[in-house]
Amino acid sequence: MNILKGLLASAAILVPAIAMAEGETVGFSQIGSESGWRAAETTVTKQQAEERGITLKFADAQQKQENQIKAIRGFVAQGVDAILLAPVVATGWEEVLEEAKDADIPVILLDRNIDAPEDLYMTAVTSDQVHEGMVAGNWLKEAVAGEDCSVVELQGTTGSSPAIARKKGFEEAIADAPNIKITRSQTGDFTRAQGKVVMESFLKSEGGANICALYAHNDDMAVGAIQAIKEAGLKPGEDIKIVSIDSVPDIHLAMKAGEANATVELTPNMAGPAFDVLAAYWKDGTMPAKWIQTESKLYTSDDDNAAIYESKKDLGY
Amino acid sequence: MMKSTLKRVMPQIIILALVLAANVLVFPGFFHIEFQHGRLFGNLIDVLNRGAPTALLATGMTLVIATRGIDLSVGAVMAIAGAVAASAVTGGAHWTLALLMALAAGAACGLWNGLLVAIFRIQPIVATLVLMVAGRGIAQLLTEGAILTFNDPGLIRLGAGTIAAVPTPIWLWIAVACLTGFVIRRTALGLLIEAVGVNETSSRLAGINSRVLLWAVYLVSGLCAALAGVIVAADIKGADANNAGLWMELDAILAVVIGGNSLLGGRFSITASLLGALIIQGVNALILLSGMPVEFNLVIKALIIIAILVIQSPRVRHSLYLLRASTGPVLRDRPARTAPRTRQEEGQS
Repeated sequence: MNILKGLLASAAILVPAIAMAEGETVGFSQIGSESGWRAAETTVTKQQAEERGITLKFADAQQKQENQIKAIRGFVAQGVDAILLAPVVATGWEEVLEEAKDADIPVILLDRNIDAPEDLYMTAVTSDQVHEGMVAGNWLKEAVAGEDCSVVELQGTTGSSPAIARKKGFEEAIADAPNIKITRSQTGDFTRAQGKVVMESFLKSEGGANICALYAHNDDMAVGAIQAIKEAGLKPGEDIKIVSIDSVPDIHLAMKAGEANATVELTPNMAGPAFDVLAAYWKDGTMPAKWIQTESKLYTSDDDNAAIYESKKDLGY
Repeated sequence: MMKSTLKRVMPQIIILALVLAANVLVFPGFFHIEFQHGRLFGNLIDVLNRGAPTALLATGMTLVIATRGIDLSVGAVMAIAGAVAASAVTGGAHWTLALLMALAAGAACGLWNGLLVAIFRIQPIVATLVLMVAGRGIAQLLTEGAILTFNDPGLIRLGAGTIAAVPTPIWLWIAVACLTGFVIRRTALGLLIEAVGVNETSSRLAGINSRVLLWAVYLVSGLCAALAGVIVAADIKGADANNAGLWMELDAILAVVIGGNSLLGGRFSITASLLGALIIQGVNALILLSGMPVEFNLVIKALIIIAILVIQSPRVRHSLYLLRASTGPVLRDRPARTAPRTRQEEGQS
């Protein structure tokens, strides 16, 4: 332990000198490859670092917290200038973040928050998932313009925080619109396959003609549901309006074809705002707020979906 | 032959009928099937169609379990096969070639499992656990972690298309099951597999080449899993390495168990396992149609499965038999044939 402390101390002394010499080094502990969105986040983070001349040290934790803790210890020992952490779980970070703090290395959380004292990290860059649901709900309110509309909902994995938050946000948005009602709500496990299966069941139990809109907690389930709607002989996007969240490339392809209506972006660019914050901190020591909310941008069929698809398709979604 | 099979699967048929009846209770139009846009459209068709992956896996799994083995890798093999097929068609290959490549990948996985079990004598649960864990990683490597989408109409037809208005997956699982059943039961293979499952050493001493047989059952299981994987990928026009076939091995084992097959090997019935797969899918349909809050999904499923397994347990079945035997002479000739078997099953466990 003493050796480690010694190492940390020497690293802390050496760091500024290195930083002055050749651009900053930032360690990034990524969760692993759990979804296409996360792959895109990794790609964008690397791009952002390159644009700013930051050397990025990347560590893939393969969905294990102990790997992330090891990676952070490694970054501290290497004396990086800052650490980006996409935490796989919310708890158990105090000790390792304490070590980073002792070494004066700022830690920025990406896309998820943790249960730890706020002084252990510089800031958290996340989207507000309740807000995402509200953006989707508000779009639907405008789209139906007061007409009666029964909505079927494809929820995310039961009990997961995005599923709970996105459901809540949507319900809050349509609370003051008595014309919009959620008639069926089931989990599609955030996957295409299950989204399709559950939509098939909705189409039969409700009757395709009685469904006015589909709200899916992510685009993948919406893509699956679109196929189910087509196989039932209905026109997705016209007979049934489709709004979902994430803005993955394939939903833009569907929107271009008129088969989906709107999506709310969960931006993979969490690192950009984080690097901005770091640049300000390195320049004159400005401390940011404890939470930086990323923009939940709404894309509809009015946008140039072909161009958006082209810009997103190589990000690794 | 036919009559004894019917008697063997009677509990499963009754349970399936009950599950379907429950479906009608929550949704009266459950049995309504209409012809729409060139395909049969209805909840019953959905059960048969969505049950296809489980049914295919259960076919292979029944044989593996009959040899006293287990194949935990089928879910991962599904992901690999889907990824292979998707990367083949996106690379410009014809869909038949893509299908063959996926089947070859499944066969290779099956042979690997068979090698570990039959030659290296590693316990099946451990041997197949290797591929269960590593296989998904291989699939993720192939798709680079993303959903690899394709638009080849031939391949898509295997999962989302129809033949004579009936969804293709239904044809596929019924064909595979019939073919397997025919080969197994019209030759001595079935008997030999049961012999290996009951006592491998004595079957080897009796001159049965147990190694080849073990190898063969894992091969069949790998092939079935590969076909299931292609169907699942074709259904969503994309190979989702993270989620395709996830936890499906457990559904397949459950289907075999609901089919009344013993995990200790020996006597088996593929028909009963297939009915087990349909029962599971029937329960899934029931949950979807019931419109209950999602938090209840797994609770409902667990309760139904527990009920099914308890009803099938030797003790309850014996009590039922005693009850029936005491009610009158209607079932005169049955006791003699049922009683010893029950005792034998108890003896095994």
